[in-house]
Amino acid sequence: MFLIPDPVVRFFHRMASPPHFYAFTQRLMPWLVVIFLLLTAAGLYGGLYLAPADYQQGDSYRIIYIHVPSAWMSLFIYMVMAVAGGIGLVWRIKLAEIVAISSAPVGASFTFIALVTGSLWGKPMWGTWWVWDARLTSELILLFLYLGVIGLYGAIDDKRTASRAVAILALVGVVNIPIIHYSVEWWNTLHQGPTVTKMDKPSIHVSMLIPLLLMAIAFKFYYLIAMLQRARTELLLRERNAQWVKNMISESK
Amino acid sequence: MSLSRAFFAVIRRDLVLALRRRSEIANPLLFFILVITLFPLGIGAQPHLLQAIAPGIIWVSALLAAMLSLDSLFRSDFDDGSIEQILLSPHPTTVLVLAKIIAHWLVTGLPLLIVAPLLAVFLGMPNHALGILLLTLLLGTPVLSLIGAIGVALTVGLRRGGMILSLLVLPLYVPVLIFAGNAVQMASGGLPVDAQINILISILLMALVLAPLPVAAALKMSIN
Repeated sequence: MFLIPDPVVRFFHRMASPPHFYAFTQRLMPWLVVIFLLLTAAGLYGGLYLAPADYQQGDSYRIIYIHVPSAWMSLFIYMVMAVAGGIGLVWRIKLAEIVAISSAPVGASFTFIALVTGSLWGKPMWGTWWVWDARLTSELILLFLYLGVIGLYGAIDDKRTASRAVAILALVGVVNIPIIHYSVEWWNTLHQGPTVTKMDKPSIHVSMLIPLLLMAIAFKFYYLIAMLQRARTELLLRERNAQWVKNMISESK
Repeated sequence: MSLSRAFFAVIRRDLVLALRRRSEIANPLLFFILVITLFPLGIGAQPHLLQAIAPGIIWVSALLAAMLSLDSLFRSDFDDGSIEQILLSPHPTTVLVLAKIIAHWLVTGLPLLIVAPLLAVFLGMPNHALGILLLTLLLGTPVLSLIGAIGVALTVGLRRGGMILSLLVLPLYVPVLIFAGNAVQMASGGLPVDAQINILISILLMALVLAPLPVAAALKMSIN
């Protein structure tokens, strides 16, 4: 622990205390929302208005400003969930457990959005809503993994036990995701894949790339907002008998 | 008692218990046979189509049969308290849990291997692919038991764990299904399948080493 500077350690110790976390995120929230709105506005303006139309795909390609960040988020959130779950499992930090389970529905939503926008784009481009392409298939399996996590959490009544179960499952999933991904890719290349998916990927122009990166960061902030809101509600629910919640409610009356 | 003696004692106990309740062996096997019989009825008597999809049918049915049999892995031990004894014993939980999984595979996985060639012939699979089919089942079904054990250990404390179990376990079965199904498909066409078999072996070895860890952790969690 001597490698980590003292203020950082203190920050994490304080964040692990529920009342402090609740108050801190309350103060943080408006800032997150403002940053998210600014980034989204800039990203959408750049992506939908400033960026030129693609010479092959016309304006249809513009769905990538939602699709690609969502697909990135779907993997990113699974990693966050597994790491937070692992921290909760090892050090029994209540807030890490809550962060892990609050991430799952947000991650599942991003995965779903990535699948839907992908198939909306696929219809005019490939002429079909769905191909059993490696990426589509592994994204679909990722959605099932998320649903498994959410379902398992819902099925266990004692929420502390449920958090530990979810953490174990998320860690098992993290080991499996690369294996699943590569096996699906391999499966696809062995079957004679549909040639439509073998389009050469043109390297992306900078005027298209900047809005894309802006949207990717905006989505990260959206995830923070959505996850923290869920975490705060979950925290209140679990700590409903604690003194600080009672104090807070009586104060606000 | 030494660790190896404890290991074999657990295997022997589970095998004796299974032989006393023979339905535990028969159920997954009958399910496997019935599901495979249903495919020709659903598709129609089209020999060429059946022959083409036979590897997929056999492997998907094996997957479902393995999943159906999972519940018996820890259920009765959970109800009668044997799981607590395993957790309390001085030996590492992971090793004893591995013994239980091996015993479970001997009871539910191995019988599939014995009937699979017969069913493959029913579906019109060429004879030269039967060896590869058996090899993939031999390498793949233990993985199904090992990965499935994680799902069962997580849900054994639940009263309505059955539905959630399929959601937890089936996505994790995907790699085995892909490589095993593909190997049999290639072998039917007379192509070499070394790569698939090697990957299946490595998946099996990885599962043997890694799977008992989350199983032990999940059992500890379920006992609480």
